[in-house]
Amino acid sequence: MTTMDEVLQRRGRSPGPHAEAGRPRFMDVEDRPDSGDSGDSGEDRTWGEERLAKGLGWFSIGLGALELAALGAVADWLGIEHRDRLFRAFGAREIASGIGILAQDRPVGWMWGRAAGDVMDLSVLAAALPGSERRGRVAASVGFVAGILALDFLCADRLSHRPGSRRAFSESGALEVRKQVTIDAPPDEVYRFWRDLENLPRFMRHLKSVQTIDAQHSHWVAKTAGMKIEWDAEIVDEDPGAMLAWRSLDTALVSHAGIVRFTPADPRPGTIVEVEMQIRVPLGPLARSFSNLFGKLPEAQVEMDLRALKQLIETGEVATTDGQPTGRPRLTAPASSEPQDADEREPQLAAEGGRS
Amino acid sequence: MKANCWYGKYHVEVVDVPDPKILNPRDAIVKVTSTAICGSDLHLYNGYVPGMMPGDIVGHEFMGEVVEVGPKVKNLKNGDRVVVPFPIACGNCWFCKNGLTSLCENSNPKAPLAEAMWGRSPAGIYGYSHLLGGYAGGQAEFVRVPYADVGPLKIENGLDDEKVLFLGDILPTGWMAAENCDIQKDDTVAVWGCGPVGLFAIQSAYLLGANRVIAIDRFPERLRLAEEKCGADVIDYERVDLFDALDEMTGGRGPDKCIDAVGMEAHAPGLTGAVDRMKQELKVQTDRPAALRQALRACRGGGTVSVAGVYGGLIDAVPFGSIVNKGLTIKSGQTHVHRYMKPLLEKVEKGDIDPSFVITHRMALDDAPTAYDLFKNKEDECVKVVLHA
Repeated sequence: MTTMDEVLQRRGRSPGPHAEAGRPRFMDVEDRPDSGDSGDSGEDRTWGEERLAKGLGWFSIGLGALELAALGAVADWLGIEHRDRLFRAFGAREIASGIGILAQDRPVGWMWGRAAGDVMDLSVLAAALPGSERRGRVAASVGFVAGILALDFLCADRLSHRPGSRRAFSESGALEVRKQVTIDAPPDEVYRFWRDLENLPRFMRHLKSVQTIDAQHSHWVAKTAGMKIEWDAEIVDEDPGAMLAWRSLDTALVSHAGIVRFTPADPRPGTIVEVEMQIRVPLGPLARSFSNLFGKLPEAQVEMDLRALKQLIETGEVATTDGQPTGRPRLTAPASSEPQDADEREPQLAAEGGRS
Repeated sequence: MKANCWYGKYHVEVVDVPDPKILNPRDAIVKVTSTAICGSDLHLYNGYVPGMMPGDIVGHEFMGEVVEVGPKVKNLKNGDRVVVPFPIACGNCWFCKNGLTSLCENSNPKAPLAEAMWGRSPAGIYGYSHLLGGYAGGQAEFVRVPYADVGPLKIENGLDDEKVLFLGDILPTGWMAAENCDIQKDDTVAVWGCGPVGLFAIQSAYLLGANRVIAIDRFPERLRLAEEKCGADVIDYERVDLFDALDEMTGGRGPDKCIDAVGMEAHAPGLTGAVDRMKQELKVQTDRPAALRQALRACRGGGTVSVAGVYGGLIDAVPFGSIVNKGLTIKSGQTHVHRYMKPLLEKVEKGDIDPSFVITHRMALDDAPTAYDLFKNKEDECVKVVLHA
């Protein structure tokens, strides 16, 4: 019968002869992938948007105060009719937003609320445009508020990533991807399969071929419609049966580096394969603002690749429906019965003979 | 070949499509001799299941003759007669090895879609949306069967198609629903829904030792089958108050075990139903859980509610408080057909069960659109339609 003392010793929480090595990996901050030139700690990373939030908070208070104190003057300046009650309400709302934002360290909800308020302002201004005597100023205000709205949006989005949580982009603009899969085969076997780089296109479906040049170097060709994308890569470190680290050398479009680890899936049999990659996208700082969207695509690709690896090793084949019949409405001339590129999710096999 | 394809809400059409081909070494091609329309196919037909694309071949209850095998399939040869289980299972992964074949982690090539919806992906299923792999389904003349060395059950006893077809889905589904209740010998089990799955669940509950089964529905022909063929005591909930009836029949305590064999398109009369439908239109909830709510409320304390009905998304206003405060056990899942096929085949061979009693209509594959309409509207006392290619 197990006791709590035994459990704590086994899990390495207290000194004792049975202590296991180390704590669960995800708690070890030092183990996190190095994103290259940035040595940012978790705190520095959030410094930018918190400062922006504070700025927007004070701006809200200022604007609200102006709306409350000088309703008439603002309306006159814009050349629109006086709408005292509306302006007062808007002013109060701005001040409330501002206070809410300033009161919290990471005012995600208040920031989104602020953005919603901007949308309200925009609609009022836009409606006032036709009847205004000073169209230029109203138009300029619309532009200004739209700009503030964009700032609110970006700020809220970046704030909503909790401090310490993995973000799709590091400060240096590299996309970080981290995925795992458990495969029912010993680590040595899975490592050997991966280490033979010419196997990679069998489960990395975006690759056409990988050729080994020498012990460290290889040449990769991607499968794409039209233009040819190829690059060289080198293995920077390896621990047979346990780990492989690589990086791309020169490249047409993106540079990437990563580590794949093969660890026993203790206490169950099998191997945990974990991939950590950094991908540098050409757009850099711009792309950062859309991290949620961009971050998902390489992640999904890596996940699919790892699933395909698992299927290949466990079942001997990669699950597919490419080339199966469908009653898809015909879009092109009847195709040959050869399956299309595996890249395509659904084949363009047209319904032969039309509808019966 | 001819295949029944989905083209939108209330729209299926039998069209001419290319024959399936061996795509992977463990595939086989089966020529379909009998295929059925499942209650869950109606969810596709009625537009409740996301991830469908126009032209998808539907159907997941099918059997027939092997006409081609891939190079790695050694257990089947051309001419073998097989029933194919509806979940596609590889046989090699942790789930398959542990008997949880409807959770196979290798057979869904579009697993990220299912993960987005449910958190993790189950196994792929024939003809049941791209969430579950987008596999071409079994309401067709031929079907490509992946992992043919694991799934198909060989039929070598000369029994008619109609006796064994349902081993691929609804008979094991009814059985697992009853098994999930952990039935004890004095139990009263209440089954919501007297469609084919509900009827099999009633029979299974008795075979698993239940003392008494109460069956709930509103269609006379279904209640009659439950009463006469399955030995249930029936409640027509449109003519009596359901909760009063259950109280009377269980001495005020409530049924020990409850089975929801209705699912996401529960008929909900009155204001609750109208509100449910409105929420579905507004996309606030995707499924209508009327039967489930009733089961959660009516079940006795400490009982089990076994959910066999299909739900896909989110439901609103479900009495979780009933679950907590009455200490209910909820069990559910897509059927792990593979582990029930052989034991249930034995029961059919011995004559313990005759599943063919649910069949009310036999039609041609070409008539699939009419059949769907008939089945959906329960016209002509329709309970189960079997199509012959």
